[in-house]
Amino acid sequence: MDPENLRYTKEHEWVRVEGDTGTIGITFHAQKELGDIVYVDLPKPGTLLQQNKTIGSVESVKAVSDIFTPVSGEVVEVNATLAESPEILNKDPYGSGWLVKIKLSEPGEAGKLLTAAEYQAFVGTESS
Amino acid sequence: MIDFGGWDMPVQYASLLEEHHAVRQRVGLFDVSHMGEIEVRGKEALRLVNYVTTNDASRLRIGQAQYSGLLYEHGGFVDDILVHKVADDDYFLCVNASNQDKDYQHILTYNRFDATVENAGGRYAQLAVQGPLALDTLQKLTPVPLEPLRYYHFVDGAVSGAPARIARTGYTGEDGFEIYLPPADAARIWDEILTAGAEFGIKPCGLGARNTLRLEAAMALYDHEIHASITPWEAGLGWIVKMDKGEFVGRQALAFQKDRGIMRKLVGFEMAGRGIGRDGYEVCIKGMGAGWVTSGGPSPTQNKNIGLCYLPCANAETGRSIQIMVRGQAVDAVTVPTPFYKRTK
Repeated sequence: MDPENLRYTKEHEWVRVEGDTGTIGITFHAQKELGDIVYVDLPKPGTLLQQNKTIGSVESVKAVSDIFTPVSGEVVEVNATLAESPEILNKDPYGSGWLVKIKLSEPGEAGKLLTAAEYQAFVGTESS
Repeated sequence: MIDFGGWDMPVQYASLLEEHHAVRQRVGLFDVSHMGEIEVRGKEALRLVNYVTTNDASRLRIGQAQYSGLLYEHGGFVDDILVHKVADDDYFLCVNASNQDKDYQHILTYNRFDATVENAGGRYAQLAVQGPLALDTLQKLTPVPLEPLRYYHFVDGAVSGAPARIARTGYTGEDGFEIYLPPADAARIWDEILTAGAEFGIKPCGLGARNTLRLEAAMALYDHEIHASITPWEAGLGWIVKMDKGEFVGRQALAFQKDRGIMRKLVGFEMAGRGIGRDGYEVCIKGMGAGWVTSGGPSPTQNKNIGLCYLPCANAETGRSIQIMVRGQAVDAVTVPTPFYKRTK
């Protein structure tokens, strides 16, 4: 269920690299654990992000959770739909529920992240 | 699943919001078997119960239940509990899961009476059927006529052939029942209640919905609104304290505080800005630290972000602008009357 063409982190984020742009989001597992999402706080375009640092938060009815960026770079686009309809993060975490697009400053980073198979194995051990 | 005081409990079965709405509009089923039970029996059972609790158990009739507090000598809460009068010499206390052993030891400490105290949690499972269609659901499984059973009353009968104590109580702000039954029958009866409620759209509900429902009803949660450093006066629970009933544990401290007046009190708030004030967040007034949030989150029924907080009494009036520190940012909120939700009877 986790797409093969993405890379993943143990903090339950994903990144899709196309050219020098990385699109990031949270995983199906993350949205399921959080439950009904009510707020998403994201950085503004132009913000410089450093890998593994907190860039915002996702808040559900029951809890708030930090978002960590899997890759470094500059925010070039923010998913504005999430401000009005945060629930799309629950419905489509790998599609319309993407968070931000980043112009990668360290293109090598993504290749070192978890593959879909490695991430699934990690989620399996974490939840058992 | 989360570890809740040693119990594996689901926060949600499917969707917390759907579970919440099911209870407000139809019916929901909660497994609250983690709740503790303590039985006080004997010729002087009432004297012991009345000595360790704040409410007046002598006013209870057989088959009646009462919300009450267990206090320390200094007036802070050991726990908030339900006292059920089963017989003149038999009282059944429902206590919070994580406080059960502490409560039991506390009551034993004061047992200078002709009474026995039993920590009976292992003998009871508890299921809560809550919502406007709780009665229709449960009635299909019991010969006990539920309609005449009044709020905060209970009856010993049977549910699906198993012996059960059926109480018209709850922690959701809706009509409903809390059923105490033998653990061996609990899983089967859980399934039977879900089957009986299927035609009404029943949903199994987790701890998450339990919390949003009780918060809308502004019901206290131990370790949040009340704990060892909070007195009933501060928590807005003066109505469960009967100062004229005679001596009880904590009475002197409460009398002293009543005489001097309280410094802080529990008030409701609604977020005005974008953000949610959650448990433990600081509350500021004009940039100065003033109090703390005890519980906070979205209200699915009202579609607002609500919460409860302690504020100095001088700043606790309804309609006051306050700020809640949400992850380093001051977010505007306003104090409002509680409860946030009250069912129409």
